[in-house]
Amino acid sequence: MESPMQIQETPTLKAEARNLNFFYGENKALRNINMPIYDKKVTALIGPSGCGKSTYLRSFNRMHDLYPGNRYEGEIRFFPDNTNLLGADVDPIEVRMRIGMVFQKPNPFPKTIFENVAYGLRVRGETNKRVLEDKVEHALKGAAIWEEVKDRLPEQAPNLSGGQQQRLCIARALATDPELLLFDEPTSALDPIATGAIEELIHELKKRVTILIVTHNMQQAARVSDYTAYMYLGEMIEFGKTDEIFIKPQDKRTEDYITGRMG
Amino acid sequence: MLLVNTHIMSPNNASDLHQVSDRLAYNAMRNWKERLIEAVLLAAATVSVLTTLGIVYVLVSESISFFASVSIVDFLTDTQWTPLFDDAHFGIMVLISGTLTSSFVALAVAIPMGTIIAIYLSEFADSRVREIAKPILELLGGIPTIVFGYFALLVVTPILQFFIPSLPGFSLLSAGLVMGIMIVPYIASLSEDAMRAVPMSMREGSYAMGATKLYTAIHVVVPAAISGLAASYILGISRAVGETMILAVAAGMQPNLTFNPMEPAATITSFIVQVALGDLPHGSIGYQTIFAAGLTLLMITLVFNILGLWLRAKFRENY
Amino acid sequence: MKPLTTEEIRAVIAKGKFYDNLFKAVGVFCLAFALLVIVALIADMVIKGSERFTLDFFFNFASRRATEAGILSAWVGSLLVMLVTAMAAVPLGVAAGLYLEEYAKRNLLTNIIEVNITNLAAVPSIVYGLLALGIFVYQFGFGQSILSAGLTLALLILPIIIVSTREAIRAIPAMIREGSMAVGATRWQTCRFHIIPYAMPGILTGVIIGLARAIGETAPIITIGALTFIAFLPPVPFSAADAGTTAGLFDWLLSPFTVMPIQIFNWTSRPDPAFEVNAAAAGFVLMVMVLSMNAVAIYLRYQMRKKIKW
Repeated sequence: MESPMQIQETPTLKAEARNLNFFYGENKALRNINMPIYDKKVTALIGPSGCGKSTYLRSFNRMHDLYPGNRYEGEIRFFPDNTNLLGADVDPIEVRMRIGMVFQKPNPFPKTIFENVAYGLRVRGETNKRVLEDKVEHALKGAAIWEEVKDRLPEQAPNLSGGQQQRLCIARALATDPELLLFDEPTSALDPIATGAIEELIHELKKRVTILIVTHNMQQAARVSDYTAYMYLGEMIEFGKTDEIFIKPQDKRTEDYITGRMG
Repeated sequence: MLLVNTHIMSPNNASDLHQVSDRLAYNAMRNWKERLIEAVLLAAATVSVLTTLGIVYVLVSESISFFASVSIVDFLTDTQWTPLFDDAHFGIMVLISGTLTSSFVALAVAIPMGTIIAIYLSEFADSRVREIAKPILELLGGIPTIVFGYFALLVVTPILQFFIPSLPGFSLLSAGLVMGIMIVPYIASLSEDAMRAVPMSMREGSYAMGATKLYTAIHVVVPAAISGLAASYILGISRAVGETMILAVAAGMQPNLTFNPMEPAATITSFIVQVALGDLPHGSIGYQTIFAAGLTLLMITLVFNILGLWLRAKFRENY
Repeated sequence: MKPLTTEEIRAVIAKGKFYDNLFKAVGVFCLAFALLVIVALIADMVIKGSERFTLDFFFNFASRRATEAGILSAWVGSLLVMLVTAMAAVPLGVAAGLYLEEYAKRNLLTNIIEVNITNLAAVPSIVYGLLALGIFVYQFGFGQSILSAGLTLALLILPIIIVSTREAIRAIPAMIREGSMAVGATRWQTCRFHIIPYAMPGILTGVIIGLARAIGETAPIITIGALTFIAFLPPVPFSAADAGTTAGLFDWLLSPFTVMPIQIFNWTSRPDPAFEVNAAAAGFVLMVMVLSMNAVAIYLRYQMRKKIKW
């Protein structure tokens, strides 16, 4: 529950996109995006399919660097150290170590539940068994799945149900204490009950971590987010507090989308 | 039925009747022809089953005659293999030792090299390199084994002798190494296919955690593709155990109970070749020996393939 | 655990990248090594065998003197054996593939056939030689002839042709089949006028790969007892044979023969190093035959992958 006092507070910046353009080869997918991401808040990206919201999200952890022919222009500033995440001198791996990501379809690794969650720690060179166990337990609790899997840690992760797999993937991302957590339509492959559990979890998580979430579901955006950005054809049309965007959008296009006349 | 009905309905229209019966006759012929074709095609498909039955029949029936004169215990425990001598011994272990030793050398080359090439092509190389390298690997896999045998005896053995002066002119080592190179393309190609089939989302999950390419390849892609990798290794083992000409040319054909690759030795396959090159009368014990040896070879291959099936079932892809 | 400092993280990343690059180097090395082996193989045979690349070499019979020995009976033998192999394996393989894809109902027999084809691919080629020795040579009485050898190799490459036929047929979308059946064509008419023609490039690729495999096979042919020293050609149909008779149309089928790989084996295993030159030259000729067949097949396959978009 948020007290009226907190709402008055000016939130601190966690990240900010400045004049961000993105190209898939010749194809311009993001057009001059400027947008703040506030610390310990949930920011939702909404818009019709193909509007560039996933492309934008995947710029934050440099996923586009995995494929040839992609190009960024502009900056994403990351605070408090004011690093440009897209800078040529910034190592994408270092960026990914600071920023976690949860994907559209649950993608547990073909390993045990324990090893899935410990993955990021092992990548960072952690081998101390005690530390790993502590961190894994903490992360699984943070992802609200500890009670379900605490006796099955040596089992293969792909044997879990879809909703459990997705929470496991969240635990995997949480285990390394990311500063920003990216969610790419995390509930689109899940049933309503599992979706509810994830949404509740996101609400809990924002106490610890800044969250940026892409969703195709406007109700979800309204339920989980503090801020919402509406994107259309690679452009950022409107950004604001979620209640304001949904109650009195400034732009005609946002209104059309939210009221269901489009998209 | 239809014919009768038509007859009743239009008894006085002879030409109608004629047309219908024509069409029916045509249909009947068409059906008959279709069935015949299906039967012929089925017969073609059963040729493969007949081949298997034929293999089992030939090997087992000749082996039964063989084991009528040689006891199975001797066959499995004797340490000498001199089937064509007056003082005949039939210790198959002598040949099996050569087969296993040369296969071991070959796989010690082929499995690591094939897997590394597969990981490199699937995870590291850009598409241009892959598009050139894969067809060339396939070409390498098509080189006749007799050519590899020539290469082992006349090129590789002299090179090895330069480093190991005590190496004899025929050796399991030289044959095994070349056999390994021969098997590399099979393992590389099949393993690469298996790894490419791992969905990109799984790799992205790993990269998003800050993993490097090699870490992702070893900890995510390889475990996800493990059943395909196992299948490629099993194929490699089958190839190695059944390979004939490289061994017949480069490993020498004298029976030798040894697990030392620096020595020459006969294998099950090269023994069969040696006997076939001579002129053995049909029905003699020497003639039957090659079928008993062949049956042993088939059993070894079968064991590895069952092992492979079991491995596949155990590590079924679950992505 | 304290969170890692930026320096520590960078150290971890630097280590990871070092291993990445190390592996890349090892990967390139392995690949280059495999390619180097082919180059060394071909170069050795070309250099060693160069003095034999004369017309005489192609048109002389085997001889006890290395410099006069040629590969005439070997290449003619290989050609004739391949002819028999293709005549037997192509119709059988295509028919079996067609049956399994277009006709077969899911039943025990079909399952047995499928499992069986997979397993046959793992049977060592020399075992086919034993099968042929027992069945073709002695039971059927074909003797150690071109016919026996051709049929043996046909059985050996049958799984390759069946599998590639099936893959080619499976790539044809159902709508083609349905379109043909909808206008009243029978199953066979659909196969004959649509399925087989569309699957043809794929089938052809499989046939070429199969024949390339067969032409290089040595072990099964030695096992059926092919002779290694042949100084004559199989009888040409209707040519004059001895004692005033003429050879029949199919007499060549039952003639003794030798093939390229056996000729190479024979020369390789002679102690006189002069024959190494012959082995190298003949090996090169065989390599050219096999590799060009494979290259055509691989080219065909890559073309198909690019072109066919239903």
